[in-house]
Formats: sequence, structure tokens, C-alpha cells
Amino acid sequence: MSIDEKIKEKITSFEELPDAPPRRKIRFSIGGKIGIFFVFFWIVMVFIGPYVSPYNEADILDESLFIVPGGEEYPDTDYQPPSKVAFLGTDYLGRDTLSRILYGARTTIGISFLATLLAYLLGVTLGIAAAVGSEWLDMFLSRFNDAFLSIPTIMMGLVVIAAVGSTIPILIGMTGLIYATSVFRVARSLGQDVMVSDFVEAAKVRGEGLWWIITREILPNVVMPLATDFGLRFVWIILFISSLSFLGLGVQPPMSDWGSMVKENLGGLPYGSISPLMPSLAIATLTIAINLIVDDISAHSGGKLSNRMI
Amino acid sequence: MLFQAVLKRILIGFATLFVVSIIIFLGTSLLPGDVAEIILGQMATPESLAALREKLGMNHPPHTRYLLWLGNLLSGDLGMSKAGSGAGTIGTEISVMIAPRLVNTLRLAGMVALISIPLAMSLGLLASMYPGSRIDRTITFTTLSIISIPDFLVAMILVMIFAVQLGWLPSIAYMSGNETGWQLIRALLMPTLTLVTIVSAQIIRMTRATILNIMSSPYIEMAILKGVPRKRIILRHSLLNTIGPIVNVIALNLAWLIGGVVIVETVFAYPGLAKLMIDGVQTRDLPLVQACAMIFCGTYVVLIMIADMASIISNPRLRHPK
Amino acid sequence: MAPLLEVDNLKIDARKDDGSLTPIVKGVSFNVKPGEVLALIGESGSGKTTIALSALGYTKPGLEFTSGEVRLHGQDVISMPSEEKRLMRGQKVAYLAQSAAATFNPAMTIGEQVTESAIIHGQLLKEDAENRAKELYRALELPEPERLGKRYPHQVSGGQLQRLMAAMALCGNPDLLVLDEPTTALDVTTQIEVLKAFKSVIKQEGSAAIYVTHDLSVVAQIADEIVVLYAGEVQEHGSAEQVVSTPNHDYTRRLMNAVRPPPAAGHGDKIEKSNNEVPVLELKNIFAGYGKIRDGTANISVLENINIKISKGQTVGVIGESGCGKSTMARVMSGLLPASKGNVLLRGENLKPDLKNRSRSELQKIQFVFQMADTALNPRQRIDQILGRPLEFYLELRGGEKRKRIAELLEMVELPQDFAGRYPDELSGGQKQRINLARALAASPEILLCDEVISALDTIVGANIIELLKQLRKNTGVSFVFISHDLSTVASFADHIVVLYAGKVVDQGTVDEVLSPPYHPYTRLLISSVPELRVGWLEESVDEIEELSLKRDQGFIN
Repeated sequence: MSIDEKIKEKITSFEELPDAPPRRKIRFSIGGKIGIFFVFFWIVMVFIGPYVSPYNEADILDESLFIVPGGEEYPDTDYQPPSKVAFLGTDYLGRDTLSRILYGARTTIGISFLATLLAYLLGVTLGIAAAVGSEWLDMFLSRFNDAFLSIPTIMMGLVVIAAVGSTIPILIGMTGLIYATSVFRVARSLGQDVMVSDFVEAAKVRGEGLWWIITREILPNVVMPLATDFGLRFVWIILFISSLSFLGLGVQPPMSDWGSMVKENLGGLPYGSISPLMPSLAIATLTIAINLIVDDISAHSGGKLSNRMI
Repeated sequence: MLFQAVLKRILIGFATLFVVSIIIFLGTSLLPGDVAEIILGQMATPESLAALREKLGMNHPPHTRYLLWLGNLLSGDLGMSKAGSGAGTIGTEISVMIAPRLVNTLRLAGMVALISIPLAMSLGLLASMYPGSRIDRTITFTTLSIISIPDFLVAMILVMIFAVQLGWLPSIAYMSGNETGWQLIRALLMPTLTLVTIVSAQIIRMTRATILNIMSSPYIEMAILKGVPRKRIILRHSLLNTIGPIVNVIALNLAWLIGGVVIVETVFAYPGLAKLMIDGVQTRDLPLVQACAMIFCGTYVVLIMIADMASIISNPRLRHPK
Repeated sequence: MAPLLEVDNLKIDARKDDGSLTPIVKGVSFNVKPGEVLALIGESGSGKTTIALSALGYTKPGLEFTSGEVRLHGQDVISMPSEEKRLMRGQKVAYLAQSAAATFNPAMTIGEQVTESAIIHGQLLKEDAENRAKELYRALELPEPERLGKRYPHQVSGGQLQRLMAAMALCGNPDLLVLDEPTTALDVTTQIEVLKAFKSVIKQEGSAAIYVTHDLSVVAQIADEIVVLYAGEVQEHGSAEQVVSTPNHDYTRRLMNAVRPPPAAGHGDKIEKSNNEVPVLELKNIFAGYGKIRDGTANISVLENINIKISKGQTVGVIGESGCGKSTMARVMSGLLPASKGNVLLRGENLKPDLKNRSRSELQKIQFVFQMADTALNPRQRIDQILGRPLEFYLELRGGEKRKRIAELLEMVELPQDFAGRYPDELSGGQKQRINLARALAASPEILLCDEVISALDTIVGANIIELLKQLRKNTGVSFVFISHDLSTVASFADHIVVLYAGKVVDQGTVDEVLSPPYHPYTRLLISSVPELRVGWLEESVDEIEELSLKRDQGFIN
């Protein structure tokens, strides 16, 4: 019998009952599965949207397409209701709404995603720095952050755009900056929790430097909660960018995204046209889907207990 | 101990306000365009431009201008409009421009708060009393959807239902400022309904989450094992401990109702303060933008401070020291 | 006499996320007669708490009753409608939880919580319930019974809160009390007070009780009947006298063996040592505490004028109750908390107070083993990474050499080689504590600071860790500073004892010196507070303990 086998023998005679459950696999609810489907769908559309769309985003559909036998000879092409020609109807210029939504996916999701990434890069860096750094650094960063948080996000966006104009890089940079403040708060509090844990203390007693503690002890332990938070933040950024576009301050023509499509077609609303609704629904399918997934994940990591009460 | 904690919180509030004022001043100074040029137009001579700049105090270095501005602000002087937004507002007192808008904003926010806070807290309580039940799942999914969609979609759906389909309400709220009684209520209804929907969703979710979180604590398990009825567990044992977080969410939402409702104001053409600030930005009216921004941020800081104070005071450890 | 409670072939399963069931309680049966105290004894995972809670018709979230009955007065409480369950809870069966600090609602007064159950069940009117509560406060020897009800939980001490929970349970005159490890979280001296109060009040009220614990010595003091559990099954069932004096089952005997003998001279291992050598580690006039430091005194002073020497190969046991500053002392030694005054000497050389200013080889020589292995190991690092890091960091071992050394370390702490590829989550509590030790040993230190390393572990697992420590000491010649609140553990492992009370050393010397007469009064209090594993000990010792604690409270320390 090798030493190892002897040890194994001994372990079984410890009479110690395992108190750690094996790692659990995450299970998604029906809502979560629907969420995954929609997120996956939109990710695919970001890449292939323009190739599968029935028309070009800028095409104004020809009147002849809408001729109904026995009807008016040349009907208006704008604000057409859904038909075989245009599945989701047409917009105020007579362009196909579906095609424009498929083209716009790339703009809306792309800008929002890059802005979220930027917000994370900044927020996590500063948040962790505040968590591990000196009391003074933390004080300084936190006060500054509190002040920024108090300014309504959309107002801040407004002033910046008025000052420097609205191009896509500015939109991304500004949104990233604005949302870095809330990422900062999350990263800082997560970092602080890990910072006081015994294993970080153990690393400190060993004499490890700050870099090791940050990269090996803290970051691996905040990645999962931050990833969940990324989903939520991404949703808010999509809503923010869309709101800016809705106000006419976001993506500028001739480019268009979902938010500006709503703005353009708002005039059709009183007449019952669905053209402003469709792009909003596109936003909704994506954001609700992300939130459904996030809900499942956070339930998996601890929220579930509280769901079964009394 | 209680007094110290409250005092500390107030000091932090003031420190934040101070930093906010610097950020706002610097941020708005970034706005391009020379107000003097805008006022005098293309035809201005260099001499007249210089004279006007002198008069507007634009020749001082930034820190002097900041201190002047802050001093005036503290003495209640919001300054005068420096730009004409077509209607020739140059020289109008900012306070005169703001006052009617502020009244509108407060009226809307007040209506929304009055309806949504009791409504949302009851629905949140209801959902948390029967977790996993059909009613809870319906509430959870609906509120999740509402917080996930853009404000303008909420507004549009309500317009589709109440204005287009049912024809009960006007879809747009052009207000002259002289409305009274029924007219005023009619104008307010759509924006109120929209905001109630959005704000309630937030508060419902938070109330439910906070209560459920408390419900998994050992002292609730103890209450169950003592045979305390469910209603009493929620109303007596858990609600007291949820005041802090719930008051915080309410404060955040109130702050948002003051400064964040620009989308709703735009959709319904409601003449509120947020809309005024947008106009100010577009006309480069610095004093107006600064004043509006200070009002928004000040409201936020003060509301959050009050919320924190509420949770400090509701904490028995601070209220009854050893 | 008809039994009050009949547990009949009870089975409880845990439902996992994937819907599958794992049995937790596998067909347990026993009866509780009126006025009888029955002890459920077992280690973590034995299902003892789960079984006890079933007497209230309750399971923790995630658990389900699968079969069997629990009959109270002949009526099954598991299948009861929930409204009936609610009426039974608190009125007929009352529960006392392990941690009173967590089970009292921080936002409600003590009085309201104590009387609540009796009032809502309509047993007593508000006024009568308040009078009854005051009666119970007196019976439980709580201070200021008249005003206690108006206070909030954070305003009284842990021991008092534990007794208040008994008052809460007893207020409605229940037929059966369920006590779940009610004294485990308390200091030894407090534990005796609470135990005594429980015992007399149970007797006075004539209620039956189920007492859940892992501690045989405590059980021997309070129980009439003992049920020994292991992995959800009854191993042995008999009268307290019989189980303690003539255990039949193998597992019971193992449990008995793991109980360390009462502290007395002559138990410690003797290590030969030469006295003229320079001590490995020395504390000279150490003052330390938290908050701002002014003129060498911290705002909140914890340690005052500590002098300790640790020679090569020596094991110094540091004993004291919670809040006495024993962990702070270890933190001063390691440099985690710089002393406000005084010197820490390593082999006669002055060490910098703050670990940031100590050299790598100085750090290497003093290694810290944290109390909670659960939190001391980074959950995101594999075992080989955890053990490999000190090897790289201090000894600059890489590649094959490092792997070889990791294998040796695992062998040293008696764990199989394939554990190197696991994450801490996949280990049990005792295994994690072994890894925790191995990590400290990886640095090849001269002195190990062990802070309460077995206090979070089950009796048998803890005993195994002590055995391992003894072996390591023999094989490596490392010096130990062994911090514990448990005098028996210290006495059986250390060769030198330091007794701390309120931040001061009140007694120190070899095990034989400290644990034989003449005793220091505080040491004597500690010794006599350790329950002995025999029936009747509590009654015999209680007077002496009371006298000694009175002396302590009057301040025998100068």
C-alpha cells in the first residue's frame, strides 16, 4: 500500500462528514431561457442584421408595392401598417421599419456595449484602488463620486453634448464616464468586502505586495458579482443612449439607432401608427431579456433562500 | 451617539454639495460659444463686445468667477439670463424664469409621490407576503419589465391605450400656466400616470427584495417558531428593519422626479424644470443651466441625506445607546 | 406514563437544485416523556438540529419531510394544517436557538419579544405576561428584572441574551422545550452560569426538553436520556448515566475519546529544552490597541504590558475568554497590528512593529494560522496554488521542486495527493484546516501562531488536528503559540501556559506550575468551569464557581 493509499484509508476513518456541497450548476427558469434566446438573437443580428434585412435601411419603399387591387392607385407610403410588403410597417418617410430595426441593432448595441466596457474599465480600476488604497484616497474618490452621482445622468449627458457635440466616440466616452460612477460604487464595496477577508490578511502577513493582492486575491473574487452587475449596467446604458437619441442628442442622422427611430416617428403615434412602438419594443426585448438572465443568476448565487419563506 | 451620527451625515452632505458646485461650475463653463457674441449678434464691434464681457464679469479668472457665483447663489441671487431663446429673455431674472417651472415640476412630482408611494409599498408587501405565488410572480415580472424598458415606451403605451384607443385623455399636455381645476387635472393625468408606473415599479421591487432579505434572517425564523402569524411577522418584525433601505429608494425616486423626468416632459410637452434646463443648454444660457443643475443636485443630496438620517434614527443601536 | 413526544421512523431529505433528494435524517425514532430532558448528540451533518426542529413541525428551507411521524400528545405535527402548527408553536413547543444575538430582533424591545408568544396565543393578558416575564428574569438571575423588558437586545450581554431566550421560550408555559446548542457560543465561565440557570428553570417549570449539542460534557450535566446520532441515524440510545459511563457503540466511544481530559498538571507533552538559549520570539512590555495612538497608548487599549518568551521547540498556550486580547497578541507578533509601545524580538533582534517594514526572511520565520479555514483560503485558488505561493515567495522553489514539496506538505498534513488539484470549496472543514496548516508550514517557519485553530471544528475532527499538531511539532521542531479559549485543549498540547484576562497576563508558567496549587484565582475559575464528563458534576462544582466569579467581578487583578 502506498503512502497515499494509507492516507486515503485514514481519511475515510476520520468520520468527518463533508460539509461542502459540490459546485452547483446554474439552472435557468423559463424566463431565463427566453432571455437567453432573445439576447442570443440580438447578438447574431449585430453581426448579420444588414445581410438578412429585406431592404436597405435608407430605401424609401416604392409606392407601387402598396397598391391594393381596387383601392387608391398610389397610396401614401409613410406610416403604412404591417403588411406582406413591410412586416412591421413603414416609417414617416416610407422606409421599412423591420429593416431599419435590424440595421439599428448594430448601432444601439455596439455603442452601449463599448460604453459599458469603458465604464467598467474606469469604475473597477478606481473602485478597487479606493478599496485597497489609503483612507485619504478613498475619501477623495468617494466624495467626488458622490457629487457626480447627484447630477441627473441625462442632464450631465446634455451639457457634455452641448459642449463638445455628438459624435459616436464622444457618445461612448461620455456614457462610459457617467456610468463609471455607479460601477465605482459597486466595485469599491465588493473590493472592501474581500479586502477584510482572512485570505487577504494571510497574503499580507506573507508579505505580498499590493499588486499581487489586487490581481490574485481580490479580482478573482469580485469577477462573478461584477459580471452580473455588468448585465444590469448594460441595460441602463442602452436605455440612456436610447433616451439621448430620443431627445435628438444621441446618434445623429443619417445614422440611426433604435432611440432616434422612436423620435422620428413619434408624430405617427396620435394616429395609431405602430412605427414608434416597434423600435421601442426591440429595446424592450433586449433589456427585459438581459434582466431575466441576471435575475436567474443572482437567485442562483444566494437569492434563492429568501424565495421560500414561512 | 445619535446626535454625532446625524451631525456627521449633515457635514458629509455639505461637503458633497460643495464638490457638486465646483463640478457644475466647471462643467457648464465648458459650454462653447461666447455669450457676448450671441447677445450682440454678428454685427457687434470688438469694443462693444469687450464692454459687455466686462459687464457680465467674464474677464475675471475662473476661481474669482466661481467665488462670485457661489456667493450670489448663497445669498439667493440666481443671476440674470444671458441668452435670448428667441423670446428675448436676456436680462430676465433667472428666479423669475424658474419659479413657474419649479411649481409645475413640484406639482407633478407631488402627485406622483402621493399616489405611488402608498401604492408601491402595499404591492411590494403583498408580493413579499406570498413569495412564489401567482400574484408575486405577476408583480415581479411586470415590474421587471417596466424597469427594463425606456421611459418613452411606457409613455407611448399609455398614450396608445388612453388617448388613441379609448380617447379618454389628451395625449399632449400643452399648458399655459393658467389652468385650474378639471383642466389642470386633465393636463396632469397622462404624465402622472406614466411616472407613477415607472416609479412604482422601482419601489415595489425594492420593497419586496428588502423584506425578503430580512425574512431570511434568524430572528424571523424565531418568530415563525414562536407561532407569530404571518401578517404580524411582516408588519411588526420585518417592516421596522426595512425602513432604511426603502426610504433610500423613495428618496432616489423623488430626486429623479425632480431632475430626471425630461423624457416624460418632452413626450407630453409638459413645461417642467428639466425641459427648461434643456432649453438653457441649447441657448447657452449659463446662469440658467447652472441654477437648474444646482437645484437638481441639491435636491438629490438633501433627499439622500434625509433618507440616511431616517435610517440612522430608525436604528435602535443609535437611538438607545448602551 | 404516555410519552409527550414520539418521533417515529422520521425521514427528512434535502432537495438539491436539480430536484434530486439527499437523505439527511434516515429513519430516526425516540420518545420524550413529560418532564424529561433528552439530549441529541452528534457532530455537524448528523442531522441533530433538523430532528429537533421537526418537533415544531418545521424544516429549514431546502429540506423536506419524506416519511414518518412526529406525534405531540399523540397528534402528528408534520401533517398538521399550517394554522394548527402556528398555534402549537410557542404554546406547546418552544425553541431556543444557538445564537441569541441573531435570534432577537434588533428593532424590538426585549420585553415585547419575550411576552409576544404568550400574548398572541391568548394564554396570558399583556399585564400578566409581563409579570410572568419578570418572574422568569428573576429565576434566571438576570439583572434589573423590573426594567429589563424596556431594553433593546444590543443593550445586554451575550450570556444575558442567551438566558433571555430561555425566558422567551418559557413565558407561555410550553410542554416541551427545544434547545439547540444554547451554550456553544459562550465563554466557559458564562456557559456554566447559563447551564445552571437552564437546569434549575426547567426543573422548576417541570417541562420536558430536547437538548441538542455536540458537547458530551455539557450533556452529562443536563440530560436524563441521551440519543447519539451519526449521519442521520441513531447510534446509541440510553440513560445519561449509562451512555456516559458504559458507552456501547463504537461511535460513542470515539466521541468520548475525543473529549479532552479536564485540565490538570501532567497532561502536556514534555519537550526538552535548554533554558539559556536566546528565545525564538519575545514580547517585551507590549502595549497595543485600536484607534489613534498617542504617547504609546492606543485609543482603545487592548493589551497592557505583555512579556512573553518562546524558546525553540516550545509550545506556549495562550488562554483567555473572548475579548481578553489573545487574538490581538497574535496580531502584534505577526505585525498585522503594530504595537503602540514595546518590542517584538525575533532571536534577540528587534522586529519592526509593522509587518510592512519587516524583511521577507523575518516574515518567513513567523507564520500565522487563521482561525477560520473557511475564510482563510482564497476560494478562487487551487490547493496547489495556495501551497505553492509561499514556496515561490520565500524559498524560490519552481517547477518540479515546487511540486515535490507540495506533495510532501500534503503528506505531512495527511491529505491525499490529488487534493492538489481541488478548490477549497471541495474540502470539508477539517481538511481545509489541514491545508491552512500546510500553507504555514510551507514557509519553513520557526514559529507558528495558531489562533483558535480547532474551535470551529467538530470534537473528533479537532482531536485529530491536535494529534497532527503534536506530530508536526515532533517532526519539525517548530515553536508554537497556541491560542485558545479552551483550557483542556491548551493543557493537553502546550508545555507553557499564559493566562490572559482583560488584556493583562495574570498567570504564566509551565503547564505543571499553572495547573497545580497554589492556583491563581482566575486560573482556578477557568479550571473549575470546564465541565467534566460525568453526571452530577454541575451540582458539585457550582458553588465554588460562583464564589470564584464573584471574586473576579470584584477585581482580584491589580
